[in-house]
Amino acid sequence: MLVNFPNETLPAFFSRRRNNHQTLPFPLSEGYLDEQFHQLEELQDDVSPNFVEEVVVLFFRDSSRLISNIEQALEKHPQDFHGLRACVQQLKGSSSSIGALKVKNECDLFREYCDEENKEGCLRSFQKVKKEHAILRQKLEAYFQLLRQVGQMERATPSYN
Amino acid sequence: MPADNASSLTTRAEAFPYGLRVLVVDDDPTWLKILEKMLKKCSYEVTTCGLATVALHLLRERKDKFDIVISDVNMPDMDGFKLLEHVGLEMDLPVIMMSVDGETSRVMKGVQHGACDYLLKPVRMKELRNIWQHVYRKKIHEVKEIESHDSNEDIQILRSRYEDFDERHGLFSGVDSVRKRKDVDSKELTDQEYGDSSAVKKARVVWTVDLHQKFVDAVNQIGFDKVGPKKILDLMNVPGLTRENVASHLQKYRLYLSRLQKQNDVLTPSRNVQSEFCPKDLPVGIGFQSSISAPQNSVGSRYVCTTQKIQAQGIFSDIQVDDLKSIASFQATDTKNPLRSDVTDPPKINSVSQLGVLVSFMPNVDYKPLEQAVSKQQPLSSSIPVMQVMQYPKNNIENGGLLQGFSSSSQPNQEHKLLDHLHTAPPLISMSCNTTEREKVDISNTKPVFTEHRNNHTRTTSPITCTIDSVSVHVGHGIVNSQTFTAPREPSGSPRKGAFYFDQTSNCGLRSPSQELNLKNGAELVSFPEDLQLYSLQGYGYLENVGLNGMEIFEYNDSTSEFHSNFYDEVEFDIRQLCDATDYPPLDGCLFT
Repeated sequence: MLVNFPNETLPAFFSRRRNNHQTLPFPLSEGYLDEQFHQLEELQDDVSPNFVEEVVVLFFRDSSRLISNIEQALEKHPQDFHGLRACVQQLKGSSSSIGALKVKNECDLFREYCDEENKEGCLRSFQKVKKEHAILRQKLEAYFQLLRQVGQMERATPSYN
Repeated sequence: MPADNASSLTTRAEAFPYGLRVLVVDDDPTWLKILEKMLKKCSYEVTTCGLATVALHLLRERKDKFDIVISDVNMPDMDGFKLLEHVGLEMDLPVIMMSVDGETSRVMKGVQHGACDYLLKPVRMKELRNIWQHVYRKKIHEVKEIESHDSNEDIQILRSRYEDFDERHGLFSGVDSVRKRKDVDSKELTDQEYGDSSAVKKARVVWTVDLHQKFVDAVNQIGFDKVGPKKILDLMNVPGLTRENVASHLQKYRLYLSRLQKQNDVLTPSRNVQSEFCPKDLPVGIGFQSSISAPQNSVGSRYVCTTQKIQAQGIFSDIQVDDLKSIASFQATDTKNPLRSDVTDPPKINSVSQLGVLVSFMPNVDYKPLEQAVSKQQPLSSSIPVMQVMQYPKNNIENGGLLQGFSSSSQPNQEHKLLDHLHTAPPLISMSCNTTEREKVDISNTKPVFTEHRNNHTRTTSPITCTIDSVSVHVGHGIVNSQTFTAPREPSGSPRKGAFYFDQTSNCGLRSPSQELNLKNGAELVSFPEDLQLYSLQGYGYLENVGLNGMEIFEYNDSTSEFHSNFYDEVEFDIRQLCDATDYPPLDGCLFT
C-alpha cells in the first residue's frame, strides 16, 4: 500500500472512522484543501456514493484543460494579458469547486502578475500553479485509493464496522 | 421531469419551495455538478447547462418551465450579464449571478443588470436553500403591478395569479395578509369562480415580438429622448398592459441599448443604421431570414413585410444589425416534416399562412424535407414559408461549418470579433459532442465536459464516447441545425458575413453524413445578398417550438448519472496504475485526466 500518510497510522485512522469521528481527509489537514472539500463530502450520500471522487476527477480533467489554455495563452506574442487573466480566473473558479486552496492562491498571485502585465512574474507563477496542481493530484489520488482500501477492509472484516 | 400539468402543479403547490425549478448555467463542469447536487439536496428541480446560449434556448423554448435561473458571470460564449439582460427582457425570471470574483464593481454590475442576488463561489448550501425568496418576491411584485392598475380586469388577473401561484407553489400563511388587502379592494370578486386558472395563467406580460415591436414603434414615434412609460403605453394601446409593465420594460430596454452602444464602438460599422431605435432594426434578423427566401426583396421592404409575417409566439427578437447580430430561427415550413415534433398553431401566426415548423435535426435523418421546405421559398409575400435560422455560437468549427475559416482564435477581421468567443465556448454539459466525428473536427478550443477535444490535445476516453453519443442524440432531436441553411462557402464573400453559428448541441452526434448535403442544399437554395451583412450572434436566435419536447433536453440529467458511472469505472482503472505518480505527472496521463 503506497500511501503518503503523514503522522497518522492506519489503525488510528480506522479507529477514528469506527468511532464515527469525522475523518479529516489528510490533504485537508495539510492546507491543500479547504472547507469546500469537506462540503463536498457532506454532499455525498446514498444517491451518489462516489460523489466526491467524481467531482475530483471532473476537476482534474477540466483544470488540466485550463492549464493547457494558459500554456497556450502564454505563448502568444505579444502577450495578451487580458485573455491570460481570463484563463487564470477560470482556473481559479475551477479550483474553488473542490477547495483546492493552494492552487487557488497561486492563481491569485498569477492574476496579479497579469494585472501588472509582468510576463516574468506570470511565468513563475504559472510554474507554481502547475506544481501545486500536480501535488494535489497526487495527494487526492492517494487519498481515494486509501478510502477504497479502507472500504474493502471494512467489508471484509465486519467487526471493524 | 414532470410535465407541467395539473397534478404536478398540485404536488409542487403542496410543498413550496420544494420542487422549485432551477436552471443552472455555468461553463465550469465541476461547479455544474456540485450545484446540481446541492440544489437537489434542497429538493429543487434542477436543470444544468454549460452554455449560456443553450440556456437561453431552453428558457425560450418553454417560458414557464423554470422559476429561477442561476448563472455564472464569466462564461466564454456569452457574458453572464448579457444572459441576465436577456432573461430579464424576455422571460422576466429572477436571475442569480455567481462568481469566484467578489469585487464590488462586479457585484454592482450584476445588480445593475437586474440580478436578484450575487453569490460568491464557493457557494454554500444555505445560500441555495434561500433562493426561493427571489421567486416569491417577484411574484408578489408582479401582482402589485397589476393591482395598481385600476380596472376590474386587472384585479381579476391579480386574483387569478394568486390562485395560480398558490396552486403552483402552495403559499403559506405569509401571503394571506396580502390577500386580505386585495379582498378589501375587490369584495365583489371574492366569491367569483376563477374557473380554469390555466386560462389566466398566461396573464403575466410576455414581451412577444409583436408587443415589443409596438413598444419600439411607440418609442420611436415619441422620440427616445422624450419617452416616458405613460406616453408609450398610450401609443401602444394594448389592453391589459399597465404603465408599470411598460416602465420596467423600458428600463430593461435602455440598459440593453446602452450596452449595445458600447459594443458598437468595437464593431465595424459595416451597416449603418440611422437610429438604434428604428423599428426595422428589431426584426432585422427576421427580415434577414425572409431575405434568404427572397433575395430579391430589398432590405427595407423586407422589414416591413416580416414584421407582419413573422409570428411572435413568444419570440423576442432583439437584433440590431450594427451590433452584428441577427436572429436566426429557421422555420421550415414543411408540415409533413417528420422531424419536427412540434408545430406552431396556425391561429398564432399573424398573417402568415404557412406554419412555422422547426426542423429538428436527427442524425440519420434524410434531409429531404428540409430541402423541400427551403425550395418552397419565393419572394416574400404573404403566402411564403418563412425561414428563420437559428443561430448559436458554434463551438466546434468543423468541416461543414461555415466558420471553418475562423478556426484560429484570433480574428484579424473585426467583423468577426464576435466570433472570438466561439473558440472558447464550452459545450453543453453532458451534451458534449463530436465524439464520433472528432477526427474530422478542427476545433480550436472547445471545452467538452468529459472529454477533451482540442485539436492539439489529447485523447478522449472511450467509455465516455458512447454515453455522450446517446445523450447527444437525445438533444439533437429538437434543435435546428442551421448548417443546412448556411450560405454557400465558396462564392462571394457573403458567407463570411452571413456566418452562422451552430448550436453545439445540435452538432452532437449529428455531425452528419448529411452535413455536406446540408451545405449543398444550402448552397443551392440560399444566397445572401451582399449587403446583408448578417453576423451571427451569441444566441439571439431562438427557436419557436423547438420541436424538442421539453422532456428531451432535460433528460440529459439522467444521462449524466449514467455517464458518471462509466466515468467512475475508468477512474478506478486509472488509480491502480498510478501508485507511483511522480512529481509532475503528465497532465493527460493519469487518473484525473
